[in-house]
Amino acid sequence: MRLHPATTERAVVTLLWAMAGITICALAFIIIFILAHGLPHISREFLADSPRSMGREGGIFPMIVGSALVAGLAVLIAAPIGVATAIYLTEYTREGRLTAVIRFGADCLAGIPSIIFGLFGFVFFAIVLGMGLSVISGALTLTLMVLPTIIRTSEEAIRAVPQAYREVSYGVGSTRWQMVTRVVLRSALPGIGTGIILSLGRSISETAAVMLTAGSALRMPQSLLDSSRTLALHFYILSREGISMTNAYATASVLIIAILALNLFAYWLMSRFVARVR
Amino acid sequence: MKKDKIIAAILTVTALSAISGLALITIFIFREGMPIILRTGGGEFFLSADWRPRDGSFGIFSMIIGSLAVTAGAMVIGMIFGLGLAIVLTQFAPPSLAAVLKPVVELLAGIPSVVYGFMGVVTLVPLIRNRLGGPGLSVLAASIVLGIMVLPTVTSISVDALQAVPRSFWEGSIALGATRWQTTRMVMLKAARSGIVAAAILGMGRAVGETMAVIMVAGNSIEIPGSILAPTRTLTSNIALEMGYASGAHREALFATGVTLFVIIMILNCVALSVSRRSARERSFR
Amino acid sequence: MNCPATPVEPRIETRDLCVSFAGKPALKEVNLCVYPCERLAIIGPASSGKTTFLRCLNRLNDLTHSFSHAGQVLFDGREIYAPGVDVSDLRRRIGMVYATPMPLPWSIYDNLAYGPKLAGIRNRVMLDERVETSLRSAALWEEVKDRLREPAHNLSGGQQQRMCLARVLALRPEALILDEPCSGLDPISTGKIEDALAELKSRHSIVLVTNNTKQAARSSDRTAFFLMGELIEVGATEQVFTNPVDKRTNDYLIGQFG
Repeated sequence: MRLHPATTERAVVTLLWAMAGITICALAFIIIFILAHGLPHISREFLADSPRSMGREGGIFPMIVGSALVAGLAVLIAAPIGVATAIYLTEYTREGRLTAVIRFGADCLAGIPSIIFGLFGFVFFAIVLGMGLSVISGALTLTLMVLPTIIRTSEEAIRAVPQAYREVSYGVGSTRWQMVTRVVLRSALPGIGTGIILSLGRSISETAAVMLTAGSALRMPQSLLDSSRTLALHFYILSREGISMTNAYATASVLIIAILALNLFAYWLMSRFVARVR
Repeated sequence: MKKDKIIAAILTVTALSAISGLALITIFIFREGMPIILRTGGGEFFLSADWRPRDGSFGIFSMIIGSLAVTAGAMVIGMIFGLGLAIVLTQFAPPSLAAVLKPVVELLAGIPSVVYGFMGVVTLVPLIRNRLGGPGLSVLAASIVLGIMVLPTVTSISVDALQAVPRSFWEGSIALGATRWQTTRMVMLKAARSGIVAAAILGMGRAVGETMAVIMVAGNSIEIPGSILAPTRTLTSNIALEMGYASGAHREALFATGVTLFVIIMILNCVALSVSRRSARERSFR
Repeated sequence: MNCPATPVEPRIETRDLCVSFAGKPALKEVNLCVYPCERLAIIGPASSGKTTFLRCLNRLNDLTHSFSHAGQVLFDGREIYAPGVDVSDLRRRIGMVYATPMPLPWSIYDNLAYGPKLAGIRNRVMLDERVETSLRSAALWEEVKDRLREPAHNLSGGQQQRMCLARVLALRPEALILDEPCSGLDPISTGKIEDALAELKSRHSIVLVTNNTKQAARSSDRTAFFLMGELIEVGATEQVFTNPVDKRTNDYLIGQFG
């Protein structure tokens, strides 16, 4: 039996829209479900207190600090390296064997699962370099993990800057570096910023790699060589070991709000960037 | 002039950090994991389903099967929904709606994997246990959770591939009297084929490599799953579950599990890279 | 910068300048001089090497990887392609205006101050002064003096191109090279730029590449005709237009080559 094309069309379009609808509903459901269960338990004390009896009571302040330190440090180290790589790839070289190798490295790094980063960070930073399970081991591991994202987004942002701007800058007597810093980076900054913020979000969400490198100490880290538990890992431990479901929901809500805020901010930056490049 | 040369040198060295990182990871994962594979002769390690660290028997066959099963399930769900969404976004949705939906899909990628796992545990697992039977923690639960997680990857790369198809292809087909769906199926999907294949492979890489969400919903028992309702343990979960207390040969075996995972991922990466390079070449011929 | 009554030494001189891109020749043995205080127009059909010639003079072709050249380009008697030449300084002394107005995405003031700042001028008063005099020279000051902080993109096309001229003048260049600066402009804006060039001639050597033969006739002292990478003839504008030596020049002027 052969259906009339118009009938098939209607059926397929309905099906496709239904699938799109299901996807969006699933996303909305996840966010609303977590927030509905978690928001009522978030209070000033919860955010500002230390956990008591393994996190059954008390708050999550040390984990907020831990997440901020590990993720912040990772992005702080990865951003200059990633942006410099992007500048090198776009402004300082021609496509050749070397750029192919660099791109291959970044592409492969982007595909490596976080648990492998965790294993590597555990032997290399924690054991071989003697940093132990610590904030700095976790941060350096995440640095490698987010580096490809920052390279990729920065490169795209830099390539979007019109070629004519570069000629104008050379025309009035700038060196290459002056052209890069004063014209290209200035125009590409919102795009680069978007990549950096998304990387920050990814670092905050990361669990497996952090678990093997930063450890899970409940105390407030006193130095970068102290172990520290991040929010995502705390949420995992609370829910998996069934320590406290209410605190798990509340911790997840804090995580989700942070990710939502970062995504919205990145989106806003990006729309500004698109407006400006035009 | 001289300053510019110094800057160029610094940038060159910095640009090598990604590839150096990859090299370091490769070296250290292999250095820790290879000895035990060589000692057991490989055959036993990969083909035995007997994993009893306390007795010194390390076989990861059941986990290889577990990873494969979960990934296959995830790809079915991720591809159907991810590609469907990409088609809706590029071919059917009005641009204003697409502009809203795209960041929403990207947001889906930003949600922590532990949250997906948790949602699976509190909603999906009881549903499967009550409706379909079994323990609930199962290949099926892991597949669904992973399917949702790879969806953003599949969608965003497929969207890029579909958008790269020249507008004239679409117009030419519509002008011949084809309906939108006929055009999508016979012209657009065909032209974007290698991009979509790359999307599938990269999505597969994500599914194989995902750890925390799988631990939470897959049940983690060390046996070859007999049905999609049976629990299973993947390569990634094996590492994350036991790394905390492992030492000696046990730890080496976990690194060897990592080596296995690493090799699978690198193969997928290379295939995806060559496919997407081919699609870029096809694009430049147009 | 004073100009002698009878020009003797050329400001810019090319000797047997040959250029090729990826092996394909673009200029063949061009020998051409530009004297102080003159406006030299370069005319010729599309892809005759006019722009390539112009971009050799401030070494902007260096940015194209496939570029290679032979012969000499002398500026004030010194070879500009010699090793050790400060290219930034060269580009400041030979200012270039492009075919399309290309404001950087900043304010008018920042666009104008960019070149002087690169040259190391930090003093606010000096920068203000540079901005004002160059805008006056480009006949734009009266139109923008109250909106220097506004984005340069808000200017009209003709104003943008005059701003680009002013941006180059702010470098205090010795020579000006212009690549079809009026190709996208309306007649009124074109007239304003031509008037500005007539004014600037007293202090600069000017090379004007143009597709518009009428413009060359109106606002140049000498005219050079390029065809397929070769310099066919050069002479006083009036002579070239009324009594060309080469038949090909005549053919072009009466409209033989598009």
